[in-house]
Amino acid sequence: MTVLAALNAALDEALAEDERVFLLGEDLADPASGVNHVSSGLSTKHGADRVLNTPISEAAIAGAAIGAAIEGRLPVAEIMIMDFIGIAVDQIVNLAAKARFTSAGRTPCPVTIRTASFGGLGSGATHSQSLEAWFMHMPGIKVVVPSTPADAKGLLKAAIFDPDPVLFLETTALYGKRGPVPTGNHVVEFGKADIKRAGSDVTVVTYGRGVYDALDAATALEADGIDVEVLDLRTLVPLDMPAVLESVGRTARAVVAHYAVEFAGPGAEIAAQINTGLFGQLRAPVARVGSRFRPIPAAKDLEAAVYPNADRIAAAVRATVGYSK
Amino acid sequence: MTLAQAVDARLRKGIGRGEFFAVIWPSRGQEAVAAGVGAALRRDDRLVTTYRGIHDLVGKGVPLTEILGEIMGKSIGASRGKGGTMHITAPEQGVALTTGIVGAGVPVAVGLALAAKQQGSDRVTAVCFGDGATNTGSFHEGMNLASTWQLPVVFVCQNNLWAEMTPIGDTMNIDQVVDRRLAYAMPGERVDGNDPEAVHRAVTAAVERGRSGGGPTFIEAVTFRFEGHYFGDQQKYLPAEELAAAKEADPIPRYRQKLLDSGALSADELTAIDEDATAQVEAALAEVLAAPAPDLAELDQDVFVNMEGIPS
Repeated sequence: MTVLAALNAALDEALAEDERVFLLGEDLADPASGVNHVSSGLSTKHGADRVLNTPISEAAIAGAAIGAAIEGRLPVAEIMIMDFIGIAVDQIVNLAAKARFTSAGRTPCPVTIRTASFGGLGSGATHSQSLEAWFMHMPGIKVVVPSTPADAKGLLKAAIFDPDPVLFLETTALYGKRGPVPTGNHVVEFGKADIKRAGSDVTVVTYGRGVYDALDAATALEADGIDVEVLDLRTLVPLDMPAVLESVGRTARAVVAHYAVEFAGPGAEIAAQINTGLFGQLRAPVARVGSRFRPIPAAKDLEAAVYPNADRIAAAVRATVGYSK
Repeated sequence: MTLAQAVDARLRKGIGRGEFFAVIWPSRGQEAVAAGVGAALRRDDRLVTTYRGIHDLVGKGVPLTEILGEIMGKSIGASRGKGGTMHITAPEQGVALTTGIVGAGVPVAVGLALAAKQQGSDRVTAVCFGDGATNTGSFHEGMNLASTWQLPVVFVCQNNLWAEMTPIGDTMNIDQVVDRRLAYAMPGERVDGNDPEAVHRAVTAAVERGRSGGGPTFIEAVTFRFEGHYFGDQQKYLPAEELAAAKEADPIPRYRQKLLDSGALSADELTAIDEDATAQVEAALAEVLAAPAPDLAELDQDVFVNMEGIPS
């Protein structure tokens, strides 16, 4: 099953399981079924009153979903491409993320905001960003980034039925990735990182698209005799630091890799926590590999030079393993 | 109206004297709108209001101890001090949200109404905002969606003629805010926001329209904000003659006179209502001032249901 099919299956099952679930977003209903086609077939199967086409109005999409969630519905709003989320950030950050706290628990807001990072398709500066750090920085909203089909399905099911707001960040470049998906009601609990490849020399802490680059780097590094562990965070809030510290505690070396901008990105937080938790046990400083601090360019070669990749991760691993005081 | 005025007056007096600390955006002058809206709504109808919404909360029937307690950051406040004046919610009285971001409540009100429709309920959502909010994208996106989906929302523009410290004429090139509804084919009207009966009539008709499946309505209630944008605002920007003229149209003495003239209530009865309002506020205030501050453990509750793995 592909990531795309897994996401579709999660939405399909959730719509069937619970009448409170509904989808809203631009072009979601059939036959268009969205630019990304994640909702393909769902309005036909579940009805146009469960899969709502909206105007191009990101603030209203998020706001309407938030209002419905406050009333006990389980809305899944799609912001087509993550760069467009800027228009909806006020609603997500100032209302959804604060509803529970500012009401002392009286107005829970179990909304799911799905969006996709379009990077890698040559779409340029306003259609390619990975902005998850914005939302990690804001108490009150969970941040989820699946990499595999199984995780995509299990985490989306968890997101929809989670009692708090969730930003569910998909990666368009991964929609075609195939993998096994458990049958039945498959749910992946938030805050549980997953070892996608076990290794003993160094841990690459990553998520989303970075998982595949890290796995490719690990394969390449086998020739050098370097045994890489790839830890997939799966959720950034909550963040499974115990799993990170356990893994890096064994390998004594860490590289943090992600497509978000490296400067002030998620890796800064993770590296800082590793340094605090494992100072004295580390055999090298924690390295980071993120996107360069540049707007994403459109030309393929330029774009590729901004993003991380297997080669950059492998280089960081080699430097880390070869580090000596 | 009387109760809303009494709350506002007592807060301003207490803050001014240093009797207690509170952060408020005074609503003196706008009481007729709140009264007209509140009286037209059922208890289970939803209300979304703004930081300048204390009078709206009173009109919707939120207990004074919850309002005053929240404004003063006490444990008996609506949100145990975690919300403050700009974020008061009171689900039991249908107050779904108070927003501190201008215009932000409009799309959420649309979602509240969408849920009512999905749930097969005939409850209606009213959303209050100022004239300034109608210049935001959220307002227009929400208006368009409510109209497109024909949702039971009553949009109430409390047009007090000033957006923070800038007059309405500097920020929009139309004579009447109500004209904005025309772009969304939405019914609506402009009413005298200092006449509680006019507001009540308009909102009642709008609520009935929404309840019976007739979709949203836009109401512009023209009023005035006597005390400026924030408490202590010296209003250097406001021509003295404009404020004087506005005070000539003060809704409180005007409505009092109307009730007297019509014989609906006697002077004694009106005085009794005033005294009762003052007594209610004093009783609530005494309870709030005697209440403890929130426990610091509040900080570790309600960020998420499950706080495991959440940074401290």
